[in-house]
Amino acid sequence: MQRFALIFVPYLWLLALFLVPFLIVFKISLSDVALAIPPYTPTLKDGVGPFIAALDFENFAFLTSDDLYWKAYLSSLRIALFSTLMTLMVGYPIAYGMARAPEEWRPTLMMLVILPFWTSFLIRVYAWMGILSQEGFLNQFLLWSGLISEPLTILNTTTAVYIGIVYTYVPFMILPIYAALERLDGSLIEAAEDLGCSRLKAFWLVTVPLSKNGIIAGSFLVFIPALGEFVIPSLLGGSGTLMIGKVLWEEFFNNRDWPVASAVAVILLLILIVPIILFQRNQQRQAEAEG
Amino acid sequence: MNKLSWFNVTSLTFGFAFLYMPMVILIIYSFNASKLVTVWAGFSTKWYGSLFENEAFLDAAWVTIKVAVMSSSLATILGTMAAYVLVRGGRFMGRTLFSGMIYAPLVMPEVITGLSLLLLFIGIGLDRGVLTIVLAHTTFAMCYVSVVVSSRLVSFDRSLEEAALDLGCSNFEAFRLVTLPIIAPAVISGWLLAFTLSLDDLVIASFTAGPSATTLPIKIFSAVRLGVSPEINALSTIMIAIVTVGVISASLVSKRNSLRQQKDEQAAARAT
Amino acid sequence: MNQAVFTPWDDPSAKPLIRFKGVTKRFGEFVAIDNLTLDIYEREFFALLGPSGCGKTTMMRMLAGFETATEGSIELSGQDIGPVPPNKRAVNMMFQSYALFPHLTVYDNIAFGLRRGTMPREQIDARVSEMLKLTRLEKFARRKPHQISGGQRQRVALARSLAKAPKLLLLDEPLGALDAKLRQATQFELMDIQEKTGTTFVIVTHDQEEAMTVASRVAVMDEGRVMQVATPERIYEAPNSVYVADFIGDVNILKGTATANGTGSYAVTWDEGQRPVTAISDTVFSEGQACFLAIRPEKIAINAERPTDADNAIQGKILDIAYLGNLSTYHVALPGGQVIKAQAANTRRVSRRSFTWEDTVWISWTATAGVLLDQ
Repeated sequence: MQRFALIFVPYLWLLALFLVPFLIVFKISLSDVALAIPPYTPTLKDGVGPFIAALDFENFAFLTSDDLYWKAYLSSLRIALFSTLMTLMVGYPIAYGMARAPEEWRPTLMMLVILPFWTSFLIRVYAWMGILSQEGFLNQFLLWSGLISEPLTILNTTTAVYIGIVYTYVPFMILPIYAALERLDGSLIEAAEDLGCSRLKAFWLVTVPLSKNGIIAGSFLVFIPALGEFVIPSLLGGSGTLMIGKVLWEEFFNNRDWPVASAVAVILLLILIVPIILFQRNQQRQAEAEG
Repeated sequence: MNKLSWFNVTSLTFGFAFLYMPMVILIIYSFNASKLVTVWAGFSTKWYGSLFENEAFLDAAWVTIKVAVMSSSLATILGTMAAYVLVRGGRFMGRTLFSGMIYAPLVMPEVITGLSLLLLFIGIGLDRGVLTIVLAHTTFAMCYVSVVVSSRLVSFDRSLEEAALDLGCSNFEAFRLVTLPIIAPAVISGWLLAFTLSLDDLVIASFTAGPSATTLPIKIFSAVRLGVSPEINALSTIMIAIVTVGVISASLVSKRNSLRQQKDEQAAARAT
Repeated sequence: MNQAVFTPWDDPSAKPLIRFKGVTKRFGEFVAIDNLTLDIYEREFFALLGPSGCGKTTMMRMLAGFETATEGSIELSGQDIGPVPPNKRAVNMMFQSYALFPHLTVYDNIAFGLRRGTMPREQIDARVSEMLKLTRLEKFARRKPHQISGGQRQRVALARSLAKAPKLLLLDEPLGALDAKLRQATQFELMDIQEKTGTTFVIVTHDQEEAMTVASRVAVMDEGRVMQVATPERIYEAPNSVYVADFIGDVNILKGTATANGTGSYAVTWDEGQRPVTAISDTVFSEGQACFLAIRPEKIAINAERPTDADNAIQGKILDIAYLGNLSTYHVALPGGQVIKAQAANTRRVSRRSFTWEDTVWISWTATAGVLLDQ
């Protein structure tokens, strides 16, 4: 009886507030927009038969016909992919430096990486607005140093979005890679060098393969949320920056086209399923390997 | 391997400069007397003053804290239950679906979670306000709590619970007297995580909040959309300061505890 | 000891405290306990001995109530305890990991079980003090488990499980986590406490020396079955099977066929080119029945000349010598290729030792030295 209640309560909660909403999104994506409250048709008030008959894939057809949408999907994928690579290039040296730091420093360094996690995401993105704007800190610094004579336009461009994603997600990249590198036995590198490898070669042939799982985990942890990102493109990106999270938001709040917004969400989810499954599998393999 | 090479020193220096420079600059400019971000017009705390006179911000802050306390407490209870079911529940109908529903919200884009919850609330005719934000935040935060707590439960020595049963406890007593006190640190960090997630959340709150309840992130977002504002700089500084003090003192406490434990264990080993 | 010899298992009128009646336990396809019947008497120190996976831990967990039998029944003082949950059984367990509650002091750990009932405070206090005294932990009552040593933790676990004065105490590898020296001292302490409290102890162990030292009776288990239940002496001197003989201590096994050559005496033909050896046995063997002669190395003498009075003597060559300090084990190769181990006490210094590698020697034993087994 106790066990039943224990399972039942969280189960029911998730069914009602996670799964059911999701099915609603799916259902509305098959409906038509209407000037009513709620602003779509059919609703269950119309009866079950006509309700099912009125559902169709019209919204999905619309998404393929208007190039705004597939361009937004492609651009989101591109931005997520490149920013993941950049995050890896920024994060790996930091993780490597942390793992090679004296042991008594490591908890402090670790804390310094985790601290931004607890700080508001919105504030961390916002901080870059003051730095990247026309008269912002970066331009002032570059003008003062004489490197440029005209202020650069960075804010409200895709470049700013890249910077924002790398900055906010780099801790997600550092932590798994650091975890992998920290476990790495230093004598393995010494053994590689003893067997005739140069420093760099030992890094390529020993360190990188052994931190592979950390790299994969970190990359997914950046890629998956970056794909559906809304805050960064809307604060740092410009009108030319197309990201699907922003499109969905605008479709919903500005155009009030709920069926199309739902269809956009369903497709985004379909795109995400592949990396999510790959990520889960990688985590599982890792857990098994550590047994 | 105890000496850092120049490469490691450089990457750590640049890395942490990258992580902290934006926040440092933000903090410095929050004390700028000028309203323009470009000009440094001397040290001033006037933006803090005007922040505390801004009723709209204070109201939003109050709503945010209320929502965060309620949702994180609910999420901690539900998440701990879910973790217990996942780790100790054994087999039951729909276990795969259950663990799927626990992990999915962690990787779900916020726009989708927000949209789907909003459509649910409208569908069942629930007026949007504090209650709907609490429900929404509880749902995704409980998943984070359950991940934190279940990773602790996995490493929990099951014979401790068996020992409690053996000594006459009922199942519930064993949980209350043995399991809960031991996993308490994980439950507390789960609560803190849920609390911060709720404080931070913009997207889901935007979908599920109604005109009657505006949270601080929604307020900040609509303010900064138009550009940098010195009041927001001041507000950000306060928030950064609170988090920094919290995280540093938490890590100091845990460091002291682990040092003490280590010393005790060494002393005990010597005593044999 | 001036008390009467403690052998309730030989007394047909004695009532067992625990009775396993045809108990089988399956985990899916795997049979952990196979139709097991066993009696354990009050005040016994009973050892379940066997390799890992033989079912000894499952038996103990069934007694504690953490597992239920698939078939058969388990009785405690004549009552079927199958449906009784662990928290309602007058049985306590000392866990292999000790399972001390890390957030409670030594005192609170010991008092934990007492506080589950309606016992008044002063009584709990008195009982805990008594337990602390019994296990010599008075000085550590206010410490947490991580502040005491491994040996002290073991005693806290013991005190905690004894505090409720259970009818039966189960000990799961109680000394497994201690180092060899501490383990020996603790074995005697356990026996002492068992005697003082008069509690029935059932101990699970894979360490045969530990089982032989502490137990009044030992059950040797293999693959879910009890192979033999007897006192340590009988297990060692009169094993009932090759498995038991081989599991306990060192043994030589000669495989052959038996032919009666007197009342209770058999000639064992074990090698084509060798004379049969003589063995006395209570077990009856038919003409030409396959048999195994088990002889402990210390019961085999080793000499340079053929001893005149020995029942059995064979010539061989020394293959190897394992010097163990107080004694040496000689591996003697027989002409047929078999290797026999013989042990001799080193009463003289090494320099005066009589045998060395490649020496031709005679090994010999009496007709009663070995045990003739049929399986």
